[in-house]
Amino acid sequence: MVRTYALLMWTWTRAAAAYPASFALMTVLGVFVAAMDVGVILIIFANTTTLGGFSRDEVLFLYGTSAVAFTICDTFVSNIDRVSEHIKAGTLDTFLIRPVSAWIQLATDRFVANRLGRVLQAGAVLGYAVVALSLDWGRAWMIPVMVITGIVIFAALWTIAGAAQFVLTDAPEVVNTFTYGSSTLTQYPLSIYARDLVSGVTYVLPLAFVNWQPGLYVLGRDDPFGTPGFMRFLGPAAALVLALVAALAWRQGIRHYRSTGS
Amino acid sequence: MFGVLRAYTLIALWQARPGLAGYDVTDAVTFCFVTQAFIGPMQLFGGGLNIPERIRSGDIALDLVRPASLQLWALAEDTGRAAYLFLVRGIPPMLLGAALFGIHFPADPGRWLAFLAGFAIAVVVSFGWRYLVALSVCWLLDDRGVAVLSLVLTTFFSGMMLPLHLFPGWLGDLVMVLPWAAMVQLPTDLYLGKAPVLDTLAFQALWAVVLLGLGALATRAIRHKVVIQGG
Amino acid sequence: MIELDRAGRSFKVRRNVVHAVRDLSFRVAPGEFVGYLGPNGAGKSTTIKMLCGILTPTTGSVRVAGLDPSRRRTTLARRIGVVFGQRTTLWWDLPLKDSFELIRHLYRVERADFATRLAELTETLDLGEFLRTPVRQLSLGQRMRGDLAAALLHAPDVLVLDEPTIGLDVVSKAGIRDFLQRLNTERGTTVLLTTHDLGDIERLCRRVMLIDHGQLAFDGTLDDLMATAPGQSSIEEVVTRLYTGT
Repeated sequence: MVRTYALLMWTWTRAAAAYPASFALMTVLGVFVAAMDVGVILIIFANTTTLGGFSRDEVLFLYGTSAVAFTICDTFVSNIDRVSEHIKAGTLDTFLIRPVSAWIQLATDRFVANRLGRVLQAGAVLGYAVVALSLDWGRAWMIPVMVITGIVIFAALWTIAGAAQFVLTDAPEVVNTFTYGSSTLTQYPLSIYARDLVSGVTYVLPLAFVNWQPGLYVLGRDDPFGTPGFMRFLGPAAALVLALVAALAWRQGIRHYRSTGS
Repeated sequence: MFGVLRAYTLIALWQARPGLAGYDVTDAVTFCFVTQAFIGPMQLFGGGLNIPERIRSGDIALDLVRPASLQLWALAEDTGRAAYLFLVRGIPPMLLGAALFGIHFPADPGRWLAFLAGFAIAVVVSFGWRYLVALSVCWLLDDRGVAVLSLVLTTFFSGMMLPLHLFPGWLGDLVMVLPWAAMVQLPTDLYLGKAPVLDTLAFQALWAVVLLGLGALATRAIRHKVVIQGG
Repeated sequence: MIELDRAGRSFKVRRNVVHAVRDLSFRVAPGEFVGYLGPNGAGKSTTIKMLCGILTPTTGSVRVAGLDPSRRRTTLARRIGVVFGQRTTLWWDLPLKDSFELIRHLYRVERADFATRLAELTETLDLGEFLRTPVRQLSLGQRMRGDLAAALLHAPDVLVLDEPTIGLDVVSKAGIRDFLQRLNTERGTTVLLTTHDLGDIERLCRRVMLIDHGQLAFDGTLDDLMATAPGQSSIEEVVTRLYTGT
């Protein structure tokens, strides 16, 4: 599976390499777009020293962990959200006649490496925050765990969004708002949001486990909403459950596919 | 959805620094949802004009030989759509904001008048900018790059992401005189009653005239180019 | 090789249920060459998509090469070749050769087998001159030959063709017909062919099935088909009569 993925990715990369100038331009511009979110955080902290009880570097840490996970998914998985495009163009049929899962073919379809620029940018912010915060190294092991958890959660969200497009073929923006919205939401400490919203993203849609719950552990902070300490470690379990839900949703989506046209 | 998340960020900031930039918390939330209402009518995320496709397909030649000016034609179409989108895409976010957080609705009819005038000019400024971006396809082969660059400039420097008053130091002074301020920040300040009406409208009108003027020059250049190259 | 037992597929269109195919039963034995005819919207494509596992039947059962296509789609894919005349299954931006190479990996074809088959297909389909051309730059006839080769590189037992000659000129059509004939007689590949071109049928198919309103309206040899309308000399007239129900 990994081999097939790598092979398809490589094939698309070679196809894109025919246009090197465009590739370079899009890489640079992708970094610009991503840098806007960091710009907003920096401007906010030009006006205040704390936001929702967190310092600038702590917010950058939360931003960095969420953004690294999100941009990795954005690079490697996000093409899944073009299901409705493929349904309308009839190209989904051609994925379905091949002996490889449609998910892999969709995820790699027109893969372009230029989004990797954003991963580097997010990684740089995270690196800065980790150094600036002089974290307790006994707790730093959680950082890779939370990044992987975040990748699984975002990949599952994207898969669910893609699966939803089998039904909501005419409204891909609606489901895509939900993936990008999840990224925006997790860029800030959840303490700035209302309690009900935070309960929702903790117990229903487990976005709180991307970076908030494990992040509190790394930063050595108590949860302002008062959740018990063991919840800091539930991320991998939550990610696994969501991944299962996503896999089921995807299967259902494929079975409900109604190929159109002749 | 993004409006709601942005509102929470602004609320958190104003809780930490009450009265920042002369806004209170409700002003900040109002700012968030009024600007949200601008996205559709002003096509802040780019697009809205079909000129790039028409240039690529060569249909632009047909538009250029029409007796009506391409620019005015596109402007008329764009303002019509903006009025429509303001009603269907603009009003709902404001109502949502009012329902979730409570926002200011000006009681003074004069302020509404100032806001609507400012909004109308802002639509023209936004059109003037997007028209230039669209025509740039003629000279640049890859229009995606320009589109992304325009997206960054428009969302960041218009006040769409944060009120421009928060930008520190010289950056803050600079962004207030750029054309993007005339699209989002200034009409919203008129709504909130935080800006001198006549000065603001005059400043917006200035940018509208400058951008439309540049657009007219660009239209002439492209007509020249199309005629010479035979479309 | 192909077995449909009261298979049906319906779609909900707003509040109404549309039966694209209903109660369809037929069998195709290994080595047969079957023409599958029907007016537009009769259910041909729906049938084909059920055979490949793209669509899940709402009623009845479908088996191809002993497998249930919708449940074992990826396993079946290794044993079936599919060509859609209306759209390519190749990668638009890749040279034909790279598309084939990719297919070798996806279908896990042995390198040696692949080389022999590709050489053979290159010769019989005359692909040599455009193997290095990106698919988007190929003419329709070239693209169709490329698509055919792509569908056969893994040496499938069954080949399903959905209007493979649509839009092709006379010479290209003749080339494709010759090729399909040889594939069927020399290799024994089972072929199911849908087409609106009755020349394809006359030239290639010993057996003809005709579907109308989602149901089988005729199943027999070409001679049987002609015999349904005594006095008519051309297949066009016979089929027109069957389509219009006169």
